[in-house]
Amino acid sequence: MKFRFWALMVLLLAFMLLFAACSGGEDTGATDESDGDSGGEAETESGSDGEDVLVFARGGDSESLDPGSTTDGESSRVTKQVLESLLDFDKESFDVVPGLAHDWDVSDDGLNYTFYLEEGVTFHDGTDFNAEAVKTNFERWSDPEHEYAFTDEGYVYSMYGTMFGGYKGDESHVIEEINVVNDHEIEFILKQPLGYFLQNMAMTYFPITSPAALEEYGPEINENPVGTGPFKFESWSKDDSIVLSKFEDYRIDDQPKVDSVVFEVIPDNAARLIALQSGEVDIMDGLNPDDAATVDAEQGLDLFTRDENNVGYVGLNTQKEPLDQVEVRRAINHAIDRQAIADAMYAGYANSAKNPLPPSYMGYNDEVEGYEYDLERAQELLAEAGYEDGLEIELWTMPVARPYMPDPETVAEIIQNNLAEVGIEVSIVREEWAPYLEKTLEGEQQMFMLGWSGTNGDPDYFLSSLLHGDNVGSSNRTFYENDEVDELLDQAKVSIDQDKRAELYQEAQALISEDSPMVTLVHSTPVLAAASYVNNYVPHPSTSESLAEVELEN
Amino acid sequence: MSIEEKDKQTEENVTNPAKADQQAEMEEIPETSPWKDAFRQLRKNRFALAGLIIIVIFLLIGLFSPWLTSYGYDDQVLANRLQPPSAEHWLGTDDVGRDIFTRIAYGARISLQVGFFAVVGALVFGTILGIVAGYFGRWVDMLISRIFDILLAFPSILLAIAIVAIIGASLQNALIAIAIINIPIFGRLVRSKVISLREEEYIMAAKAQGMKNGRIILHHILPNSLAPIIVQATLGFGTAILDAAALGFLGLGAQPPTPEWGEMLASSRDFIQLAPWTLIAPGLCIMLVVLGFNLIGDGLRDALDPKMKH
Amino acid sequence: MFAYTMRRLLMLIPVLVGMTLITFSIVHLIPGNPAQVILGETATESAIQDLEESMGLNEPYPIQYGVYVTDLLQGDLGTSLRSKAEISTEILPRLAATFELTFFAMLFAVFIGVNAGIISAWKQNSWFDFLAMFFALVGVSMPIFWLALMEQWAFAQELGWLPAYGRENSRDPIEPITYFYVLDSFFHMDFSRMIQVLKHLILPSIALGTIPMAIIARMTRSSMLEVMNSDYIRTVRAKGSGQFLVIYKHALKNAIIPVLTVIGLQTGVLLGGAILTETIFSWPGIGRYVYEAINYRDYPVIQSGILVIAFLFVMINLIVDLLYSYIDPRIKY
Repeated sequence: MKFRFWALMVLLLAFMLLFAACSGGEDTGATDESDGDSGGEAETESGSDGEDVLVFARGGDSESLDPGSTTDGESSRVTKQVLESLLDFDKESFDVVPGLAHDWDVSDDGLNYTFYLEEGVTFHDGTDFNAEAVKTNFERWSDPEHEYAFTDEGYVYSMYGTMFGGYKGDESHVIEEINVVNDHEIEFILKQPLGYFLQNMAMTYFPITSPAALEEYGPEINENPVGTGPFKFESWSKDDSIVLSKFEDYRIDDQPKVDSVVFEVIPDNAARLIALQSGEVDIMDGLNPDDAATVDAEQGLDLFTRDENNVGYVGLNTQKEPLDQVEVRRAINHAIDRQAIADAMYAGYANSAKNPLPPSYMGYNDEVEGYEYDLERAQELLAEAGYEDGLEIELWTMPVARPYMPDPETVAEIIQNNLAEVGIEVSIVREEWAPYLEKTLEGEQQMFMLGWSGTNGDPDYFLSSLLHGDNVGSSNRTFYENDEVDELLDQAKVSIDQDKRAELYQEAQALISEDSPMVTLVHSTPVLAAASYVNNYVPHPSTSESLAEVELEN
Repeated sequence: MSIEEKDKQTEENVTNPAKADQQAEMEEIPETSPWKDAFRQLRKNRFALAGLIIIVIFLLIGLFSPWLTSYGYDDQVLANRLQPPSAEHWLGTDDVGRDIFTRIAYGARISLQVGFFAVVGALVFGTILGIVAGYFGRWVDMLISRIFDILLAFPSILLAIAIVAIIGASLQNALIAIAIINIPIFGRLVRSKVISLREEEYIMAAKAQGMKNGRIILHHILPNSLAPIIVQATLGFGTAILDAAALGFLGLGAQPPTPEWGEMLASSRDFIQLAPWTLIAPGLCIMLVVLGFNLIGDGLRDALDPKMKH
Repeated sequence: MFAYTMRRLLMLIPVLVGMTLITFSIVHLIPGNPAQVILGETATESAIQDLEESMGLNEPYPIQYGVYVTDLLQGDLGTSLRSKAEISTEILPRLAATFELTFFAMLFAVFIGVNAGIISAWKQNSWFDFLAMFFALVGVSMPIFWLALMEQWAFAQELGWLPAYGRENSRDPIEPITYFYVLDSFFHMDFSRMIQVLKHLILPSIALGTIPMAIIARMTRSSMLEVMNSDYIRTVRAKGSGQFLVIYKHALKNAIIPVLTVIGLQTGVLLGGAILTETIFSWPGIGRYVYEAINYRDYPVIQSGILVIAFLFVMINLIVDLLYSYIDPRIKY
C-alpha cells in the first residue's frame, strides 16, 4: 500500500513534468521567431570547461554599451574592457598614461594636440584601427547631424557636451577641427585652451568604436560594442549578465589573462555577498560597509576599497535669508557632526570632507582648516548674526539614494538633531526627484542635500560645476557667486600648466571655505570584496577598471 | 476557499461553557434570528477566537505603544547599532541603533490604520457604486461595471504600483492605491447582492407603495447586503495590510523613518547576515496580523454565509 | 458555447481600452517634468529639451494617446529610456523567465496543495489534517517577500544548499534558445546544467507558490469533504482502508475544477508576486523589469511592463473562463 502510494506520487510528478515540457514547447516557437527579429544573438561555443571565467557581480545592469551616449557607471565598467580610449588613467589614480595613443605633443599655447597612435592594432571585427576611426568617433559625438549620431533614435552625447563645452556650432565648443595627419597621427585644434583636455581623452566615455561596426549595427551599436580592448563582447541578457571573451589579437601580449568575463547583476547587497561566499562569483562591487568586517575576517575573501571620488554635501542657498549671512553659514558648518555622519552612513568607510574636492585630486587644498564640530563657536556666530534666540530653517532632503548619500533621510535627521542643539529648528522638506532638481535650480530652497561624483578626475568638474557663478541656474544650486573664485576657476580651466592649475584650485578652495556656501559632509570610499584566488585586481576610483591583468589562481 | 471547521464546530457544540452567558446577551440584541445564529456560531469557532485575540493584542500594542517602551521610534543611538536582542532591547536594534520592539509597536499602529482606512475607503465607495449600479441598472450599471472590469483586469498589487508610480511614493498614497484596488471588489459584491434583492417581493412591494429609492436602499437593501460586506471587509483588512507592507518593501509605500513593517524589512535587507533579527520580527508581525484577520474573516463567513451553514 | 465565447471576447474591448488609458496616463500624471526625472542632477537645459522633443511630450494629450494606441496595435511597446532598446524585444526573454518561474511555482502549488488537501480530507481531524490546515492558514497570510528573505537566509546563507540569486550558474551559462532554461538545457541535452537551473528554481518557486498552494490545499480539502459523502466513496470506504488509491484517483478528478478556478484567480497574485520574488532573487523576469524601471523612472518601460502583465492576466482569465464552461457546461453565464 505504502509503496503504491509513492509510486503514484512519482507518476503524478512525471506527468506534470511532461505537461511542463509540452506547454513550454508551444511557447518555444513564439520566442524563437521574435529572437530572429532582434538579431545579433551571440554565437558562442560556450564550451567553458577548463577555461578561466571571471565572474564580476554588481548591483545594477548597464544602460547601454555605447559609452559615449550614457553617463552610467555600470555601462562604462563593462565597456572599459571592450573599448579603449586614446589615453588611459593610471591603475590607481587619475594620472594620464598612454592608451591607443602611445605618445602625444601639446603646443605651447595649448591649442594644438597631436596624438601618435599605436600601429598594427585591429578592432574585434578585424578592421584596422587608425586616425580616421578616431576622427569618425569624435565627429559622431560632436555633430548631431553626423550619419552615426543616431539623434533620431534618442542618442544624446551629454558627457561630450559637458566635457568639451558643447557641440559642433556652439560657441563654447572647444574643438575647432580634427585633422588626420596620416594613418597613425591625428591632430586636434582647439578654439581655446582646455586645462583638462588630456584627462578627457582618457575618459571611459570617449573610447574608439570600430566605424565598420557603427555602419553595420547602426543604432543597435549600444548592444553590440566593437572596439580594440582586451575582451570581445559576446552576449547580453538584460538585467542578468553580460559575457565577454578574450580577444586573442589584443595589442598587449599575454593579456588578458582570463578567457572570459561575466558581469552578473545581483541587485541585493546581501545576496551578492552570499554569492561570493559560496563561490558563485569572484568579485563583488558594492559591498555593504557593515559587512566589510565580516569579509575581512573571512578566510578566502579579500577586502578592497576604492579611492573616494565624490562628495556629499548640504548646500546653503546664499541668496536666501538667513543664509545670505556668512556667519549663519559658518555656524551651520560648525554645528554639524561630520564624523558621526560618516560613521553612521558608511560604517567608517568614508572620510569627513572639508573641501568639495576629494583628497586624491590634483589641487586638493589640505591647508584649509575646515569647520570643526564646535557647538560653542556655532552659537557665537549665530549671536553675531543676530540670531541668539534661534531660527527656523528648511532642509530639503533628496528622495533617492546616491553613492555619496546612501541614506539621505537618515542624514537629514542627524542634521536636524545636530542643528537643534544650537537652536536652529530644521523642518525637513521632501520632494519627488524631478521637482527636487528643478526647484533647487530655481532657488526655492534654503538648505538642501545633494552631491557630486567625479568622472574625468579633474578638479574643474567639481569646483566649476558646483560653485562657479556662471553655473548658477544649471549645476550651481547654492547660488554662490564670488568674482574672485570665478576668476581663479576660469584661469585654471584654460591653463595647461598643471602645477599652476593646482595652485589656482587650492586658492579657490581657501576662498570657498571662507565663504562657506556648502557644508561638505563626506567623501565615501566604496568597499568591495573578491575571492582571494583573484590576483592583480586593482579597483579604480572612477569605478571602471581594466580586468586585462586579473588572474585566477588555481 | 474557506477552511471549513464545521466538523470541529459540531464537536464544540456539545460542550460550551459560555453558552448560558451568550444566550443572555443574545436576548438583548433586537435583531433578526440570522444574526443571532451568526454570533453564536462565531463565538464557538475557536479559530476565529484565536484570530480575534491576535488582533486585539496588536491593537493594544498599537494603541499603547508610547507607554510600552521607553524609546522613541526614531531614537538613533549610533553606538548601539545592530545589537542582538537583550533585556534592554527586546528585539534588538537596527542599523542606526533604534529599538526594534519600539518600531514594531508603532508599526502596529500604522499597519492597522492603513488597513482600516483602506478598507473603509474601499467599502464606502465600493458600496455606493455597487448599489447605484445594481439598483438603477441600465447604462449606469454598464458604465460602473466596465470600470470595475478594467480595475480588476490588473493584478491588484500591480495596479497599486501603477497608481503609486503616478501619484508618488508615500504611506498616504499607498493607502489610497490600496483603497482604489479594493473598490471594485466591494462594488461587485454589493452589486450582485442588490440585483438579487431587487427582484425580491418585499422590495417590489415597497416600490409599488411609492417608497422613495433612497429609503428602499437605506432600509431594505443595505441591511440585507451587510453580511457579505462584513466578511469581505475583514478579509480585505488583512490583504490591505499585506499590500501596504509589500509596497513599503518595494520602496513605494511608507518612507523612512516611518516604522512601517514592510519598510523595516526593506531597510534591513542588507543586514540579513549580520543581524537576522532585524528581519525576523517585522515579517512575523505582518504574518500574524494578516493571519488574525483571515481567521476572523473565515469564521465570519462560516457564520454569516447561509450557504455554508448546516 | 460559441455565443458565450463571442460575448466574452466583446467584453474584452472596453477592458483593453481602459487598460491602455490607465497605462497611458502613467507618464502624463507624474509630478514634474519626465525629461528632468530621466536625466537627473547633471542634466543641462538643452538636454532636457531634446528629450522632451524625442518623447513627443509637447503634443496635446489626445494626439499622444492616439499615437500610443496605434503603436501598440503594431506591436510597438516603445523604447526604453534607459537602454534605448525596443521594449518589445527586451521584454521577451524576461517574459520567458517569468513564465518559467510562475510555471514551477504553480507546479509546486498544485502538487503539494492538491495532495495535502486530499490527504487532509481523507484523514479528517487527524494530526496531519490539523497541521496541514494550520500551515495552509499561515500560507495564505504569508508576506511572500519575507518568506523569500527567510529562505535566502536559511538555505542559501546559513546552510549553503541552494543558490540565492539568478537563473543559472553564471560561470557556466546556457546558450539560450527559447529562454526557458529548463527546456534549453534539455535541447542541449545538457543535464548538469539542467540540474543547476532546477536548483535555482527551487527557492523562488516555493516563495511564489506558497499562497496559491495554501489556497489550493484548502479548496481541495473542502471540495473533497463534499465528495467524501458521495455514495461511491462511502461504498469504497466501507470496503476498508486499503482503498486509498481508488479514492485518490476519484478525488483528483474532482479537484480539477477548484484548481482551475484557483489558477485563474491566482495568476494575478502570481504575476504581482513575481515583482517581489524576482526582486529578491535577482530573477531577470518581467516583474523585476518593471521594478528596476520604477527605480530608474523609465516610464515607457513601467507603462509597457504593466500593460503586458495586465494583458496576460486578462488573457489567462479568458482562457480559464472558457475552459471552465467547456469542462462544466452546467455553469451558465
